Amino acid sequence: MRSFLLLFLLLQFTLQAKTIEVCASCKVNTIKEAVDIAVDGDTILIRKGVYKEHKININRAIHIIGEGRPVIDGEGKTESIFAIKADGFSISGLKLINVGMSYTKEIAGFFVSHSTNFFIKDNLLDQVFYGFILQRVKYGVIQNNMITGKAVNETSAGNGIHLWKCNNVRIEQNSITGMRDGIYFEFVSKSHISDNKSFKNIRYGLHFMFSNNDEYHHNEFRNNGAGVAVMYSKFIKMHHNTFHFNWGSASYGLLLKEINDAEIENNIFEQNTIGINIDGCNRINYRNNHFIRNGWALRFTGGCYANIFEFNNFMNNALDLSYNSRLNDNKFEGNYWSEYSGYDLDKNGIGDVPFRPVKLFSYVVNKTPEAIVLLRSLFVDIINFSEKVSPVFTPDNLVDPKPLMKEIKM
Amino acid sequence: MFKILKYSFFDLMRSRWSYVYFAFYLVLGFVLLFLNNDVDKAIITLLNIIIVLTPLIGTIFGVMYYYNSKEFTELLLAQPIKRSKIFMGQYLGISISLTLSMILGLGIPFVAYGLFRSAAIFNFSLLLLVGAFLNFIFVALAFNIALSNENKIKGFGFAILMWLFLAVIYDGVFLISLVFLNEYPLDKFSLIATMFNPIDLSRILILLKLDISALLGYTGAVFKNFFGTNMGLLTSLGILMLWVIIPVWRINRKLRKKDF
Amino acid sequence: MIEIKNLHKKFGKLTVLDGLDLEIKTGGIFAILGPNGSGKTTLIKSILGMVIPNKGDILFQGKSVLQEWEYRDHLNYLPQIANFPANLSVTELIQMVKDLRPKEPNEEDLIRSFDLEPFLDKKLGNLSGGTKQKVNLVLTFMFDSELIILDEPTTGLDPISLIRLKKIINDEKAKGKTILITTHIMSFVEEIADKIVFLLDGNIYFKGSVKELKEKTNQQDLEHAIAKIISGNHV
Repeated sequence: MRSFLLLFLLLQFTLQAKTIEVCASCKVNTIKEAVDIAVDGDTILIRKGVYKEHKININRAIHIIGEGRPVIDGEGKTESIFAIKADGFSISGLKLINVGMSYTKEIAGFFVSHSTNFFIKDNLLDQVFYGFILQRVKYGVIQNNMITGKAVNETSAGNGIHLWKCNNVRIEQNSITGMRDGIYFEFVSKSHISDNKSFKNIRYGLHFMFSNNDEYHHNEFRNNGAGVAVMYSKFIKMHHNTFHFNWGSASYGLLLKEINDAEIENNIFEQNTIGINIDGCNRINYRNNHFIRNGWALRFTGGCYANIFEFNNFMNNALDLSYNSRLNDNKFEGNYWSEYSGYDLDKNGIGDVPFRPVKLFSYVVNKTPEAIVLLRSLFVDIINFSEKVSPVFTPDNLVDPKPLMKEIKM
Repeated sequence: MFKILKYSFFDLMRSRWSYVYFAFYLVLGFVLLFLNNDVDKAIITLLNIIIVLTPLIGTIFGVMYYYNSKEFTELLLAQPIKRSKIFMGQYLGISISLTLSMILGLGIPFVAYGLFRSAAIFNFSLLLLVGAFLNFIFVALAFNIALSNENKIKGFGFAILMWLFLAVIYDGVFLISLVFLNEYPLDKFSLIATMFNPIDLSRILILLKLDISALLGYTGAVFKNFFGTNMGLLTSLGILMLWVIIPVWRINRKLRKKDF
Repeated sequence: MIEIKNLHKKFGKLTVLDGLDLEIKTGGIFAILGPNGSGKTTLIKSILGMVIPNKGDILFQGKSVLQEWEYRDHLNYLPQIANFPANLSVTELIQMVKDLRPKEPNEEDLIRSFDLEPFLDKKLGNLSGGTKQKVNLVLTFMFDSELIILDEPTTGLDPISLIRLKKIINDEKAKGKTILITTHIMSFVEEIADKIVFLLDGNIYFKGSVKELKEKTNQQDLEHAIAKIISGNHV
């Protein structure tokens, strides 16, 4: 990653590049004109003003800099504002507005394809159909952009940052709201998503499909329609993210569907209807995560094998665990459960009696969702207790044999 | 009425049981807060205790007071006061003294812990409000049972049975019918079934403010739309009010024909 | 003073009062007697408004008392069992009853004559049965009412208090009060009652003076006279 940046700077110095100024009263008064006359290594400086342009094609290694945040108004036309196929370009400091909506075409503020080594940063995108579409690109950076939309329903809305068949891309410090999916990955590998804020998007804050060996961390996902979905992917690292306030009938902090060999560490799941919905996932390590006041902290819906849950905090969730089968091949050990009522006579910080995180009631609610209205009633306490004493419906080996007495500090 | 209320309140506030009840809540409050250091968790635990214990204590106190003060009531009946005023005075005397024991018993530890600086104050107040409602409801129900049964043992038995029914059996039947009627849409049924049991209604009311609102959303729009709104809160409190008014009305009706 | 017309009362299937008619004129002491279950208490409670008759009417000073309560300010009642709120003191109880009645009370003399001063600040729950009965008597006699109804007034009283009670009853009679008494102590009746109302099977069997009763049954003393009525009727 670093090396291509150095290369980039080196290029700047060696070639005696020129700067083209664009403004209403300048010799060059449209961006398109400036792009047409620019050659590799040139800089285009766009002065403050409103430019009603779209379909600006870039196919050279040029650098576009906005000064005083010039506005590029797509006027709702069904064309992308920038259509880019170039290596080693950069764009910064612009404001893109009014990208038209289409049911048939993918239209974006920045449509980048077949490109490498680029940098798009510090832009504002408002009322765009898609914010960024990246296809078949590599070694690019999307940094510190702010994307806002007014999405109403899934079919007429686009994604904030949409990647398809890319690798080695970095998405960092962006803020995305009001889109369909905040960030969308499909067939993307070796890429990083970090320090982004994705909130109030109507579907997913982050949506991963068929993407392997990626890493996302230190992001915040809040109030998204359905939370974050990671599907059909392998070797994903997810850490230090916050998933919260994904409240709703089909919402979760994180949906994992057919994910294998992932690491999920140091994340916070707070006040989601379901903290993590786990469907057919294997060999995932869950460590040091905090599940706070969720409806369900963990909900298993498909066959899940060889997952390990260690050193997580489960605090004040209505139900800690919902399990769909009587078999258990997952390991729960050394977690803190706020519902645990055991004792620690030898004072080693580990409870002397194992904890059973699955309640009979959560089994019943799985079958009959309406039964949730009986949560915390005396009758439910009684049946939970009897199930605890002699498990009939829930897997009898699903226990945390070493529950912690004190919560793990964040 | 207020004279009777005043004296029966004085009488009850000095009784040993009031102190025990008060002390129980006091200890409970301190233990929950200072061992846990978590107001939210303390409120959830308290909820579990209040929705079971308050009705039980209200029922027992109501029945016990009625039968124990039978002779004294006769003395009062010979005084120039309306019957309904005597019983309403006694009813309010018990309900208010029980509610006061609960509010003070729980209030002191929570205030000492710094409740007023915590965001949980609304939840806590709602919990106390619901607890107060349960006191008033179950004392009224207990009076109804006692008025209809001359035999003390029988009256006591029926009262405990009523508590057991509303606190446990009702939910059991409710849950079983939900499981068996699985194929039908059950939102409305659950909503209505909740209304018919003051304990369930109180529980839902608190849970809504704590953790259940999203879970209810999971079961369908009917619940969310009803309980998730301020209108739902007001309606629920209104129904709890009806749960006080109807038994009290029946006490007064029963009194007109009652021989002592 | 009291006029009872065709009074019927049933408890379930059991008929307790069966078309009872009775008139009690102002002044004098009336003993209401009868075997257990003859309807004495029911009759008294009907007058007090505690039992609601199935049929018939009760007039007190010319006005019907059914479903009324204001008339009770003109009568004093001594209940059979003295059981008071355990956690109130004697003073508080007296104060309470004073609060409940608009009339001017006169309790000091009574407290003194029953030697209750040392108990005034004690809780009622800690008093002995006899002391409670004395408190009961104070509550009854502290108001100046036209009608006084005493249900077993002698229960638990020591001889001194009994003498004082008799004196109080006679004083009230002297003031022209009407006094109704139920009791099982025949010597007490013989000593104090002007007239006897004898109830049997829910109706008046006899109404007249002690002397008349003795003559009617041809017996020397009251106890035997009563026994004769009961056995004669039942054998």
